[in-house]
Amino acid sequence: MADVLANLPKTSPSGPGPGHVDPAHGEGPVRRDFLKLAAGSFAAVGTVVMAWPFIHSMNPSQDVLALASTEVDLTPIAEGQAVTVMWRGKPVFVRRRTPQEIQEARSVPVSELRDPATDQSRVKAGKEQWLVVLGVCTHLGCVPLGQKPTDARGDYGGWFCPCHGSHYDTAGRIRRGPAPTNLAIPDYSFTSDTRIRVG
Amino acid sequence: MPVISMIQLEYGSFPTPRNFNYFWNFGALAMVTLAIMIATGVILSMQYTANTHLAFDSVERIMRDVNYGWLLRYAHSNGASMFFIVTYIHMWRTLYYGSYKSPRELLWMLGVVLFILMMATAFMGYVLPWGQMSFWGATVITNLFSALPLIGEHIVTWLWGGFSVDNPTLNRFFSLHFLLPFLIVGVTFLHVVALHITGSNNPLGIEPKTKKDTIPFHPYYTVKDSVGIVVYFIVFAILVFFMPNYLGHPDNYIPANPLVTPAHIVPEWYFLPFYAILRAVPDKLGGVALMGGALVILFFLPWLDGSPVRSMRFRPIAKWLFLLWTVNFFVLGWVGGKPAEQPYILIAQIGTAYYFAYFLVLLPLLAKFEKPLPLPESIASAVLKRRGGGPLPAGATAKPMEKA
Repeated sequence: MADVLANLPKTSPSGPGPGHVDPAHGEGPVRRDFLKLAAGSFAAVGTVVMAWPFIHSMNPSQDVLALASTEVDLTPIAEGQAVTVMWRGKPVFVRRRTPQEIQEARSVPVSELRDPATDQSRVKAGKEQWLVVLGVCTHLGCVPLGQKPTDARGDYGGWFCPCHGSHYDTAGRIRRGPAPTNLAIPDYSFTSDTRIRVG
Repeated sequence: MPVISMIQLEYGSFPTPRNFNYFWNFGALAMVTLAIMIATGVILSMQYTANTHLAFDSVERIMRDVNYGWLLRYAHSNGASMFFIVTYIHMWRTLYYGSYKSPRELLWMLGVVLFILMMATAFMGYVLPWGQMSFWGATVITNLFSALPLIGEHIVTWLWGGFSVDNPTLNRFFSLHFLLPFLIVGVTFLHVVALHITGSNNPLGIEPKTKKDTIPFHPYYTVKDSVGIVVYFIVFAILVFFMPNYLGHPDNYIPANPLVTPAHIVPEWYFLPFYAILRAVPDKLGGVALMGGALVILFFLPWLDGSPVRSMRFRPIAKWLFLLWTVNFFVLGWVGGKPAEQPYILIAQIGTAYYFAYFLVLLPLLAKFEKPLPLPESIASAVLKRRGGGPLPAGATAKPMEKA
């Protein structure tokens, strides 16, 4: 505003005639404001553009993104046993469930669950024995106990997270504790009857 | 550049209330600790390797092969504990004597910023040895951000630099653990500037009125601080030389294993009260919000506590509720170290409720309904009378000056 006032004497001193708009009087301040806005936005965009490489450099790099898939041989896994494999730096649980465990998982009314999902939706059709889940508690990322036969498997016979006490059932569904969702199911497929490929 | 005269003005002749007790040592002790942490940290970084394959072994090499490496490492790790001990006492002093109240709000808020920076720095430093507790602590704390709706997962991936806590995470935590202490130095400078603008509070919570109420900082408080520093070094030395691992967790002597979470994972002791608040809530976002809220609420404390009386010495009800809050803070710390099962969860929930109720309900209500005890006329009259210093000149007490 100070510039606007300061500029006034420089504009045409003669009063405009009737019906005539003095271009300098009308445009001068507007043009100066426009220049200020343009310079300001240019600086703002420049700052953001320069900040982005700094921020984005902390996102996963190319070598981290180049992820291999993991193959798992299922033959050595006996009924009621489980193995843990590493995928993307995280454990994947592969469990061969007993008929009783499958029965338990199926008998739960879906409406009772915090994150409703049927047991069928958590396994591949015809392979109900095999439960493949990401072994990462959906609360804050610990590895739940339950893979070793000596582990405490929680009140629902699946997994128990020691960090904050989340209990998962035999379909890896969250039943009690602070975790918000069921154990995630990674993208996997059966390459033969006894092999799966994760990723 | 008037450096000498500035030091003379701010630390030599600086007028300081004459009635400080030993609780006023802890600011100086925190500064001493910060200096120790930076000195040992810079030297340790000359021997440490921030790589997942080498980090654990490089720390063991510091312990065994580097000259005095064991001393530097134990001084640094126990120094972190000492830093939190003196800071917690420093903050307790502030809460008890109302040092956060007008006109010291900015001083207090800068202090809360320092506390949060300290927690972030200590967290990232604890990750560096790459033991089991390092790894799983890092996993759990970074996962806190995944509770945020929509952007949470992206933030976690960005913090990790991948899909799990791994080498990129260790690398960046090393870099940030080196950087943040210097931010702490900067904010500490602002903290001291803010203090020297308002002047110090004192155990009576009344402002100095006449020259009789204050004494120059040097030599009276430099010597008093020195006594505190000697006692502090005795405690520090006992920790470092006789019980260097007492405050640590033995599981951090197991190299990090991404496939196995230790059965009893707990953070460092100084995080336990806040960890208990996190676990008290049976909901992910709720727990993270309350834990963050437990820190954020401190910023608003000067406006939640509307009572014009600063020192709890003259607040007959607030005093006891605050001491109960103190006990409650210890209880939260205790349950934070216990397994997440009953009755600990219930105790944590009650403790969390009282933590927030004190700030949000009790302090605002007390400001309205509590009748404070009569305040002394001046610092000098209260202190000298008690010490049998004889009557003061009439003019000094009869009409205290407004400005001095």
